[in-house]
Amino acid sequence: MELLLHQVLAGLATGGIYACMALAVVMIYQAIDHLNFAQGEMAMFSTFIAWQLLQWGVPYWAAFVLTIAISFLAGVVIERTVFKPIHKAPVLTHVVMFIALFAIINSAAGFIWDFTIKSVPSPFGTQPLFGQRLISAHDAGMIAVTLVLLVLLYLFFRHTRVGLAMRAAAANPDSARLAGIRVGWMVALGWGMAAAVGSVAGMLIAPVVFLEPNMMLSILLYGFAAAVVGGLTSPGGAVFGGFAVGVVENLAGTFIPYVGRELKLSIALFIIVAVLIVKPSGLFGRRVVTRV
Amino acid sequence: MHDRAVAHVKSPPAGTLAGVSLDIWRRLAIAGALAVALAVPFAAKNFFIFQMTLAIIYAIAILGLNLLTGFNGQFSLGHSAFYALGAYTAAIMMEHGGLGYYWTLPAAGMVCFVAGFLFGLPALRLEGIYLALATFALAVAMPQILKSTPLEPWTGGVQGIVIIKPDAPFGLPLNSDQWLYFLSLAVALVLYACAVNLVGSRTGRAMIAIRDHPIAASAMGINVSLYKSLTFGVSALYTGVAGALGAVAISFVAPDSFTFVLAIGLFVGLVVGGVGSIPGTLFGGLFVLFVPNIAEHISKGLAGAAYGVILMLIIYAMPSGAAGLCRLIIGKFVRHGR
Amino acid sequence: MSACLLEATGICAYYGPTQVLFGLDLRLAEGGITTMLGANGAGKTTMLRALSGMVRATGEIRFRGEPVLGQATEDIVRRGVAHVPEGRGTFTRQTVEENLQIGAMSRRDRKAIPGDIERVYGYFPRLKERRGQQAGTLSGGEQQMLAIGRALMLRPRLMLLDEPSFGLAPMIVAEMFEILRTLNRSEKVSMLLVEQNAALALDLADHAYLIETGRLVMSGPSAEIRGDESIRRSYLGY
Repeated sequence: MELLLHQVLAGLATGGIYACMALAVVMIYQAIDHLNFAQGEMAMFSTFIAWQLLQWGVPYWAAFVLTIAISFLAGVVIERTVFKPIHKAPVLTHVVMFIALFAIINSAAGFIWDFTIKSVPSPFGTQPLFGQRLISAHDAGMIAVTLVLLVLLYLFFRHTRVGLAMRAAAANPDSARLAGIRVGWMVALGWGMAAAVGSVAGMLIAPVVFLEPNMMLSILLYGFAAAVVGGLTSPGGAVFGGFAVGVVENLAGTFIPYVGRELKLSIALFIIVAVLIVKPSGLFGRRVVTRV
Repeated sequence: MHDRAVAHVKSPPAGTLAGVSLDIWRRLAIAGALAVALAVPFAAKNFFIFQMTLAIIYAIAILGLNLLTGFNGQFSLGHSAFYALGAYTAAIMMEHGGLGYYWTLPAAGMVCFVAGFLFGLPALRLEGIYLALATFALAVAMPQILKSTPLEPWTGGVQGIVIIKPDAPFGLPLNSDQWLYFLSLAVALVLYACAVNLVGSRTGRAMIAIRDHPIAASAMGINVSLYKSLTFGVSALYTGVAGALGAVAISFVAPDSFTFVLAIGLFVGLVVGGVGSIPGTLFGGLFVLFVPNIAEHISKGLAGAAYGVILMLIIYAMPSGAAGLCRLIIGKFVRHGR
Repeated sequence: MSACLLEATGICAYYGPTQVLFGLDLRLAEGGITTMLGANGAGKTTMLRALSGMVRATGEIRFRGEPVLGQATEDIVRRGVAHVPEGRGTFTRQTVEENLQIGAMSRRDRKAIPGDIERVYGYFPRLKERRGQQAGTLSGGEQQMLAIGRALMLRPRLMLLDEPSFGLAPMIVAEMFEILRTLNRSEKVSMLLVEQNAALALDLADHAYLIETGRLVMSGPSAEIRGDESIRRSYLGY
């Protein structure tokens, strides 16, 4: 029983990482209607920027805020320069562009900062929380920040004009233009916000997994999985999905004998596909109702 | 996801170019390409022949993917799994069954057809990005499954399986690289011919109808589920045969050759070649094989970045792939006969 | 004739290499309802799209005296041109009320928006009943009303209506045209109406243009066109 509890808590801790990433994924999906495969790499690059600032002696929270600002701008710039020219291209073309972006960022980070792992300090400290061994102060802080971000994003999208304009621009760009919405800038804004959320995720994740150019590879995959399980249209679902994936992965590794540990990732993914088959738009995703 | 995800297949434009009908030009182009293809093994070094063999094999795999995505509108970021399945089928048959490599090709095709069909059934419920993710999960899981302990006696675990490279049969005066090149070329020709016929057939029209408008297609009495799963099977078959050929050509299989990187490579090949274009897959095969090398040539440290930039430039230059660009160029010079 | 709201001269438009409009001229009077009639493929929708900057066109378009041709759709819309597109352009995943809010997105006088939403509900009570419902679940007629409502939220000077009767039951169409007439009078919105249903459109409009394969055939007061037997027979088919 204690083992179970321990594994669930450990799962929640790693789940926090996935939840963070999933939130960034859903964020950009809402804004541009595409899954950005380079999102993890963008977050990784942001984290390197934060690390570099810390190396230069900038205090932690100043570096934190500065990194978010830089990432936001970088997101906007990437959209304006790389993706604006192809905004009418089909989905598959976008996916290829994301792959290209992925390769460029990954390789550039390795070139600038090389591939040795670097440690990033935690703003919350790494001591155990309340003196127990189950969950550390950093894990708790990470989960808290994720939840705060979630609430902020929810409020932004549901209750602000810009949030609604962004949703409209993503859902039906032509019609949004006819309502006078500057669709191009909404998309750029979405990129900026996604990059900013991603940078927060990166900075929170880095103290746990260490910083190096390939750190985000599997995390992004779990992030996607979490987002999809929760439903790509639901930021809350994505966060829930993140925790669920973390817990399931940990439990599968512990309790499914023999294959559990080796095939941890595969089992997690299998469960995700199973969820999708039962509920094709995710657990909390809004079903798109279309009249024929 | 309401975008029309895939380019429409243009029926070959009728018209004339320099006074000669386009159909004749097309035949000339095919004949020319074939002549060049046949001449390669006698004019090039062995390593280049080997590379061209791989390019043909990738082209076959991309053709399989194109049948699924380009003609049936189903995404896959997981075709490396079927490629791996084909490769391992071949390797295991040769290693444990002692069978000749030529038996492995149809067997790999059949195994992958069944696997693809079965995977296609649950995939019916998934669309667009969700299907892409499910298939991507398959691609990620595959190497882990191949490495796993229960399968180790068959798959050789992380070490993989070494196969003996076959020599030319019937005492043909060819070295094994040349022979494998011709073998791959022959298999490719057969599979391309089948694909052209399939796409032009009643079945192919049903596939395309499902891609363009699934609801309308089912209203016309097309069994959407059956056709979608079957297409998945056929697509996996093509990719599996390519995997088996690849295993024989490289004479080695190991789990880490079949990671999701391969799946993404095939996908990129599909898009740069031209979604929904059969000849475009050849360009895709060449791209998959050569562009990473070129990128490495440009800069060792920034090879990834060079690859990414090349890819972006290609997309800007030809947003609908090599096939789209060709169509555009031909369109500029063609006189439409009325 | 009253002041000119919009004047288009020599509009040509292309889809790829195919020319669709061949130098069309159009004058819309301030406060009037003008209808553009013609067979399928005559270029009516394209003309509307040219006016709101959705297709590339050549020629000259002046809206309230200022040239607008070549401007982005968003900017033309912000000048007060509301285009109710073919297919209605519903934001299916958003609620009815959110759809109306989207319509008001470019407005600066935010305080007036809730009042305007209520006004739209006044014209279309059905929308009020469904205000929290996902707009994709509305019936065709309701979606058309929502599209008109969304356009009204812009407080437009000119409304471009692309076949508002398309696919709707005759009773609903009659109801809607009545509302359009009211809107024209009480909200002082000028309208350019594209219709297949010529009889209905001529009843509503005070001026009509007849176009065929991208060229102007004739124009004049609706009553005149309605009265001309030969035109009615050969072009309008009733």
